Amino acid sequence: MSATTIFYLMLLAFLGLVLLGVKPLGRYIAQVMTGESNLVVRCGARLEALLYRLCGIDAREEMSWYRYASALLQFNVLGAALVYALQRLQFWLPLNPQRLAAVSADSSFNTAISFVTNTDWQGYAGESTLGYLVQMAGLAVQNFLSAATGLAVAVALMRGFARHTTQTIGNFWADVTRSTLYVLLPLSLLLALALVSQGVIQNLHAYRDVKVLQGAGQTQTQTLPMGPIASQESIKELGTNGGGFLNANSAHPFENPTPLSNFLQMLAIVLIPFALTYTFGSMVGDTRQGWAILAAMLVLLVPLIALAYHSEQHGNPLVAAQGIDQLASATQSGGNMEGKETRFGIAASSLYAALTTATSCGAVNMSYDSMTPLGGFVPLFLIQLGELAPGGVGTGMYSVLMFAILGVFIAGLMIGRTPEYLGKKVEALEMKLASVFILTTPFVVLIGTAVAVSLAAGRAGVGNPGAHGYSEILYAFSSAANNNGSAFGGLSANTPFYNVALAVAMFIARFWPIVAALAIAGSLAAKKRVPVTEGTMPTHGPLFVALLVGSVLLIGVLTYVPALALGPVVEHLKLFAGS
Amino acid sequence: MMMRSLRSALSLLLLMTLLLGVVYPLIVTGAAQLLFPRQANGSLIERDGKAVGSALIGQDFTDPRYFWGRPSAISPHPYDATASTASNLGPLNPALIDAVKARIQALRAADPGNALPIPVELVSASGSGLDPDISPAAAAFQAGRVARLRGLKLEQVEALIASHEQRRLLGFIGEPRLIVLELNLALDGLH
Repeated sequence: MSATTIFYLMLLAFLGLVLLGVKPLGRYIAQVMTGESNLVVRCGARLEALLYRLCGIDAREEMSWYRYASALLQFNVLGAALVYALQRLQFWLPLNPQRLAAVSADSSFNTAISFVTNTDWQGYAGESTLGYLVQMAGLAVQNFLSAATGLAVAVALMRGFARHTTQTIGNFWADVTRSTLYVLLPLSLLLALALVSQGVIQNLHAYRDVKVLQGAGQTQTQTLPMGPIASQESIKELGTNGGGFLNANSAHPFENPTPLSNFLQMLAIVLIPFALTYTFGSMVGDTRQGWAILAAMLVLLVPLIALAYHSEQHGNPLVAAQGIDQLASATQSGGNMEGKETRFGIAASSLYAALTTATSCGAVNMSYDSMTPLGGFVPLFLIQLGELAPGGVGTGMYSVLMFAILGVFIAGLMIGRTPEYLGKKVEALEMKLASVFILTTPFVVLIGTAVAVSLAAGRAGVGNPGAHGYSEILYAFSSAANNNGSAFGGLSANTPFYNVALAVAMFIARFWPIVAALAIAGSLAAKKRVPVTEGTMPTHGPLFVALLVGSVLLIGVLTYVPALALGPVVEHLKLFAGS
Repeated sequence: MMMRSLRSALSLLLLMTLLLGVVYPLIVTGAAQLLFPRQANGSLIERDGKAVGSALIGQDFTDPRYFWGRPSAISPHPYDATASTASNLGPLNPALIDAVKARIQALRAADPGNALPIPVELVSASGSGLDPDISPAAAAFQAGRVARLRGLKLEQVEALIASHEQRRLLGFIGEPRLIVLELNLALDGLH
């Protein structure tokens, strides 16, 4: 079998497994989020009730969108404060066997915002910066809660479509608690143990010295990092967080030791986001609506996966010119192996890169900075499209619904009818809010990049000369403002300038859109349901899929083509100019 | 209303921190130590009762009598496991091509008679700087050198490579590979 055949076999097997999981998991999520009972809910019901009682929460109390949003903001701001405090105080706290010092104020601030916003951008190196308590009780907790927050917003928006003539969209506390207890926690437990079986470590030991086989001078021993990695690794993927326990993230053998652990991580990254399309269909009472959205996601995603693979497999012509063998064969993956791990090769690295940027995950199993120009274009562009194919846990679903609203609006303009979606009239208020949602991120990305390239403090961080250095900055702001967290890692971002600028970008681009989405949910919930007539555009067929894909591409391409032309496009032309 | 909401937010955050940040990782730790103690503690390889490394973490091999692993971008000490990193050099960066040239020179100097083309993995730094593996092609490229310097027959070394090769899972997941440390331990065992 050729390397290409093997890659497409893996892709088919992967997508097949994902699709098999969509209906059962999607239905399960709909069940637990609408308060139905099942086996897992019965197991956790007492814990859930205890949490509500201790926190003074009445889970049946319905909230207006405004109260829902303010509860969400309070919960997240307090969460950020806690992560900040844990880092600043870690030297005096337990479970820090390496006696790591307090983290600097600007780095702590960046990391706190980063993990609360589900971005997991990391300016620091985990193994030399953070003790186990910060990782467990700070970062991993936000890995759960930021994903649960995203899921809560998505479900609230679904209720906006499903309900009519009401002022309320659910209870934030109940939504966060139920998505944590019944969706994220059980899956994380299972995945964590599966990952340990593959070699992901899970202990609380101090770092371990081993005497190396070929030792000389200073390098007689090797110090192996230790820690509770598997429990964090599982929710890092399932919650589309992406923050590595260790600096090299999922390229590190202790985070991602085998091709099977890599495959499980890829499944974990997209399983919930894809399943939420079914949850959506189920909650609005027509599962075809969910499948149509899923189809649009795949239409956007699959060609970009293929582009990443073929660009990386083609290799680097400058390396080939040195007489190096980059051809795929039965005994090597070949291709552009700079920054990639042998066990993953080109195929499993390219697929991982596309999935982790098509969601808000941002975990990396290779160095994106060392990808070929078109290979590296794929994660950058997937992020810039807004991470909605399938997007992060919850965030992908509510983001794609904004584009669905935009799509039906454009269709409505073409035929001169008030647009409708799922029996709700889309009117001026919804369009304004959807526009705020859609435009916030590009605004932050482009202004942020422009400011950074204009300032000495911004240019100082660049790790590669020429167009690629600019791409590093564009990538950083695209990643932060879409709450992805992956990087062109050559950028030295652990500086006061980048720590603050990127934290602001992450915060604005997380919470403005969330508030806009919740406001839309509130407005939709209050509307009457319009009956389906002959003039109603069906939103479950190929026409709607095309409209949705078209809207996403229209906005993405129009917004970013000039910025991309200066980076990956220039670089591609230069790299292949001689061949 | 606001105060009640703040109280709920703070208490839910603290209880969730206890549950997800303490209880959950401790349960996973307990279960992992019970079910998979070797993996949970770093997949250590022991020789004569002493740990000589982890099967998952590469070591720096520069002695031509050993198989060399992937180049590591970690500096100043390659394969320093407390500082995992990739080179992050872009495809057009002259520093990348300089590094490739230096690696070619080192490989050729260690084995002047070897006319085989050099597999890309041996001149490109890994993603973690700690890659434990090399491809069968990278092992085959070095087999002649290792056999000659150790006074072994080429077939012996090739047989050793063949016996250490791990295949793709189900034929299409991952890449064929060998763990360099295990291969080198086995080489030492041949004498």
